[in-house]
Amino acid sequence: MSAPHVEYVEMTGHIVDSLLLPKVLDAILSRGGRYNIETLRLGQRQDDPSFVRIEVRADTPEKLEAILADIHPHGAVPRDAGDCSTVAADMDGAFPDGFYCSTNFRTQVKLNGEWVDVEDQEMDCGIAVDPEGGAARCVPMTAVKTGDRVLVGRAGTRVLPPESEMRRHELFEFMVSPVSSERPKAVSVREIAGAMRKTRAAGDRVLAVLGPAVVHTGGAELVAKLVRDGFINVLFAGNALATHDMEQAFYGTSLGVSLDRGLPTDEGHEHHLRTINTIRRMGGIKNAVDAGKLKSGIMFECVKRSVPYVLAGSIRDDGPLPEVVTDTLAAQDAMRRLIPGVGFCLMVATTLHSIAVGNLLPAWVKVACVDISPATVTKLMDRGSTQTVGIVSDAEPFIRALVNELDKPV
Amino acid sequence: MPSQPRILMCPPDHYGIEYEINPWMNRSLGAVAALAFRQWQHLHDTLTSLGVTVELMSPQKGLPDLVFTANAGLVFHNTFISSRFRHEVRAKESPYFDAWFAANGFAVAHMPENSFHEGAGDSLFCGDTLFAGYRTRSDASAHQWVGKTLEARVLPLELVNPRFYHLDTCFCPIAPGEAIYFPDAFDTYGKRVLHTHVPKLIPVVEEEAFRFGCNAVVVGKTVVHNSRCPRLTEDLTRAGYRAIEVELDEFLKAGGSAKCLTLRLDGEEAAAWRGMQLE
Repeated sequence: MSAPHVEYVEMTGHIVDSLLLPKVLDAILSRGGRYNIETLRLGQRQDDPSFVRIEVRADTPEKLEAILADIHPHGAVPRDAGDCSTVAADMDGAFPDGFYCSTNFRTQVKLNGEWVDVEDQEMDCGIAVDPEGGAARCVPMTAVKTGDRVLVGRAGTRVLPPESEMRRHELFEFMVSPVSSERPKAVSVREIAGAMRKTRAAGDRVLAVLGPAVVHTGGAELVAKLVRDGFINVLFAGNALATHDMEQAFYGTSLGVSLDRGLPTDEGHEHHLRTINTIRRMGGIKNAVDAGKLKSGIMFECVKRSVPYVLAGSIRDDGPLPEVVTDTLAAQDAMRRLIPGVGFCLMVATTLHSIAVGNLLPAWVKVACVDISPATVTKLMDRGSTQTVGIVSDAEPFIRALVNELDKPV
Repeated sequence: MPSQPRILMCPPDHYGIEYEINPWMNRSLGAVAALAFRQWQHLHDTLTSLGVTVELMSPQKGLPDLVFTANAGLVFHNTFISSRFRHEVRAKESPYFDAWFAANGFAVAHMPENSFHEGAGDSLFCGDTLFAGYRTRSDASAHQWVGKTLEARVLPLELVNPRFYHLDTCFCPIAPGEAIYFPDAFDTYGKRVLHTHVPKLIPVVEEEAFRFGCNAVVVGKTVVHNSRCPRLTEDLTRAGYRAIEVELDEFLKAGGSAKCLTLRLDGEEAAAWRGMQLE
């Protein structure tokens, strides 16, 4: 595989006669780099200057930096990439033709001769440059307003390779294969617990994306404990997770099934609808907590600990709960607002919600995806969230093991 | 017919070791003013006796190195490309050099900002080619800019020994295709370039190179260099030159010698363009 870190340098002048070109090429090789001559124009007469553009590659960003520093004094200067170009949006809700399509990798654009990090990095967006031309950020198609300066073409842009991000974060050092059911779970759980601790220690937040199976399988109390202990700091879920969690708090059942005995209870099928109705009558989850009606569970702890949550609606929802955001674009935006500061994401027992969140996360936020079905994890990665490691497990046993791991003294 | 040789010098009224910007300088070993003046005068008189018209700059208080006129810039016909000094303390000399050249009928050109180029200290014509030293004081890119501007072939040579921080401290063209040089001031690439493009190279031994034997002034077939360089004198004589030794040790304390104290205004003897009309 070719070395992933690349920069283009150019040299002009009498670079052949002066042996500066061979000297630079030798310097690249002797420092462990590789080169490819992209363009070479030789002067025709003795006093004609020559021109060369060299692609320089190295295995690590540090090595590349060292090579560039080494060859710079010999006149090999990084290609002078011009500023990125923008076009004013001609309508609301759509990019101009030829817009730059973003990835979830860290991206920089050249503005006024300076490389600037793109903010709110997110895949499948466009990039808007602020009116002063000093900053750029990813914007979803729907958020484009007429007159916004939207980046077009690739000139003046560069995407930083994901490998460096991974090294930077040093999470999952030992997990090599990204998804497998045939791996000792204890190792994976230990790694994830370590990643969560590191994230918290760095002052970043842990985001949990949870599906209703977390409650069905009996994991609600465990997740509630994670919220209480400060290991879950943002929650994305749907109507079902919140409803089942509160149904358990009110009735001890999840979809009518007793979580203690594992058997359907009399009239239990009504419990989830009655739960939704109760919350709707009280005007919301927080009111239910404040009134002393809701006294335990994931949602209770979120309210108590002021852990922000977004409940995104679905076409098959019952009720839904008053907090559920039924406009999908509004839900996306609500989730986007909570992503800055997230350093780690734990996705458990949800497929579509996981993919939706994966689309919003920049590639440097590591993701652990836990699902009983290997296909869910694979699907997430196939859609570009390559920073994911997967664990094939039922929800409750995984969460129990994670809680045990986090309870161990460091 | 080549005109009479003209050289710019600046009397050492304010010369001294006031800062340290190369390995030779040591403020605790200051130059002796009276002795420096005598040595400078000796060089001046030697050049005059060789038929050189010496032009004089006014010395300026606070600019001890203004005496090293070789670093003012690069002269090419009627154009003076003003230096961009690496060190702030020397950059202050530029306005005085620029003013002198403008007042004396030269077109004063400036290099792009953020580049460094120390004039004839680091760029010397030998034949049609401009040999250029880089790394310590001048940038390779700045030399390429000069080549483009003058439409001349420029061969940048990396200076790998900090004691030989300017090209004129280790390389001196004495005629088109002929030069004296100190091999160890260059890396293997530089040595190969010199061997390929200068047919007749006279190496200077280490001891004499450290006395700045290479920092010589060439007038016709006469080479003026620092004292106590017997091997160099012998080699030059054998090559058909007349060598004149002028003791300049007070200036060696600042990392300079004969060549550094002079700037040829009508083209060095080795420069092919000397005496030619610009098309």
